[in-house]
Amino acid sequence: MDINCLSFLEKTAEKFPAKIAVSCKNKCLTFNQLTIYSKYLSRVIPSNKRNSPVAIFLPKSCDTLVAFTAVLYSGNFYAPIDVKTPISRLQHILKSLDPFLIITNTSLISKFSDISDCSILDIDEVDFTYINKCEVDNWTHVIDTDPVYCMHTSGSTGNPKGVLIPHKAVIDYIEWTVQNYQIDSSNKIANQVPFHFDISTLDIFLMFYTGATLHIVPESLFSFPVRLIEYLEKHEITFIFWVPSALSKVSNLKCLKSGNLPNLKFVLFCGEVMPTKCLNYWLNYLPNTIFSNLYGPTETTVASTFYTIDRVFSDSEHLPIGFPCRNTEILLLDQKNQLIKSGEIGEICIRGTGLALAYWRDKNKTEESFIQNPTHTNYPDLIYKTGDLARLNDNRELVFIGRKDTQIKHLGHRIELGEIETALNSLIEIMSCCVLYEHSQIICILESKVKTLNDNSLKNKLLELLPKYMVPSRFHQIDEMPLNQNGKIDRVQLKSLVNDGKY
Amino acid sequence: MMENIKEILKEVRSDADFNSSENFIEDELLDSLDIIKLISLIDNTFEISIEAEDIVPENFISINTINNLISKYLL
Repeated sequence: MDINCLSFLEKTAEKFPAKIAVSCKNKCLTFNQLTIYSKYLSRVIPSNKRNSPVAIFLPKSCDTLVAFTAVLYSGNFYAPIDVKTPISRLQHILKSLDPFLIITNTSLISKFSDISDCSILDIDEVDFTYINKCEVDNWTHVIDTDPVYCMHTSGSTGNPKGVLIPHKAVIDYIEWTVQNYQIDSSNKIANQVPFHFDISTLDIFLMFYTGATLHIVPESLFSFPVRLIEYLEKHEITFIFWVPSALSKVSNLKCLKSGNLPNLKFVLFCGEVMPTKCLNYWLNYLPNTIFSNLYGPTETTVASTFYTIDRVFSDSEHLPIGFPCRNTEILLLDQKNQLIKSGEIGEICIRGTGLALAYWRDKNKTEESFIQNPTHTNYPDLIYKTGDLARLNDNRELVFIGRKDTQIKHLGHRIELGEIETALNSLIEIMSCCVLYEHSQIICILESKVKTLNDNSLKNKLLELLPKYMVPSRFHQIDEMPLNQNGKIDRVQLKSLVNDGKY
Repeated sequence: MMENIKEILKEVRSDADFNSSENFIEDELLDSLDIIKLISLIDNTFEISIEAEDIVPENFISINTINNLISKYLL
């Protein structure tokens, strides 16, 4: 096993120095340039710091990857922050993260004019033009239990938490992916997921590990799915790991044609529930492509379970989240942290190498979510309680049911709101939906191409899929589903709109 | 119709200055969510349904190009 994530980048750079590592718009970097520029930049980082956070506040670009890598070469860890973060949230993150350095660029630096207790580096001021050799050795002291990054997740309470991930978690996850999907240097990866979202970890470190080329897809293309397909074809993309809503943009507008995307071998998705209707659309056009549904919270490094589609699902069926990844075990626990009986629904609790070190500087939350494995007391052995619910189906595959906090009791029945959403998502007229439970009513907020959906016809269609007590009593159609910072449906905002009587 | 389009753009992004921009896309006045909202408002206002093939950046560069796009559907 490699000692840290840079050891495999070093090997790759030695093997493929002139190969393109990353390409973004009109700029690209070879593996040789990526390592040398990063080492050069790392020398600007104060050398008295070790295992300390550096905030990266940059739009997605080749420079961002140089910044991440430079931080690792300096023996520290990086914390990517969304450049669109509202100022109050940004202040909250910086206060709790307490970085000793912020790396940003000329157009964003003014956001930090009030900051006095930390250094700020403008990456545009660094001239890499004539650098062709640079050696540093701080990184060789980094061991696999040291942190590689701190990723901020939006907690359901609204306050972001910093999740601290060690090198060994990333190494193990990448090695598993390479083996499981047989990824080699000939691959071309198209990155969709923002770098402040942990799913992007796979894109970046898969490039480090295998020597595959990473293409950063311009964000604007996701507004124009026809152009997005052209981009994927032009760059002969073979591998994508996207959130389902990005894949839905293509299926909602039905812009695939037969013979499209002949090079695309792998479509992996994670981060939210994939509407089966959308998957079936893609499968229909790409019957020879491998589609894989992954599941996992940021706290356990990208993904903890996977299911590679191996049979046909109807639009109204749930896709399984499948089986644990390498060096991972899933325990399904009840309210008292006891193992549930076979077939029952339990909370997904994860143990294995993927576990985060902690929530950054939040002992209470760490102790609440990372607990001793309740099945034994022989030695310290932590599990992460996800707050997500699942059960095993007849094939012994895990099936995601929903969030613990979206499980409700209505008219005496225990109902998982996610199950209603799955039923709605299977209907052709629904583009996106969110089901809430407020004032003893099941309320559905939905987005549809059909301008005036009839509530009664929707109810009748749902009655074919769900028991009567699960059918929403109210439907509210909106133009556009609000999304949170991670691109997921913003339940908190929808909830407050319902409570304010807006919907 | 130009006035209608101006109003729709205002509804999509009240904070942006569409008058002084020569290219809404390059000037980043419209992000991916804005485009979805814009298309949905155009569809509703003009009772048309814009096809995927027409959802390309060239059609959303200026009020004129948006106007041409809508006109195509109103023929």
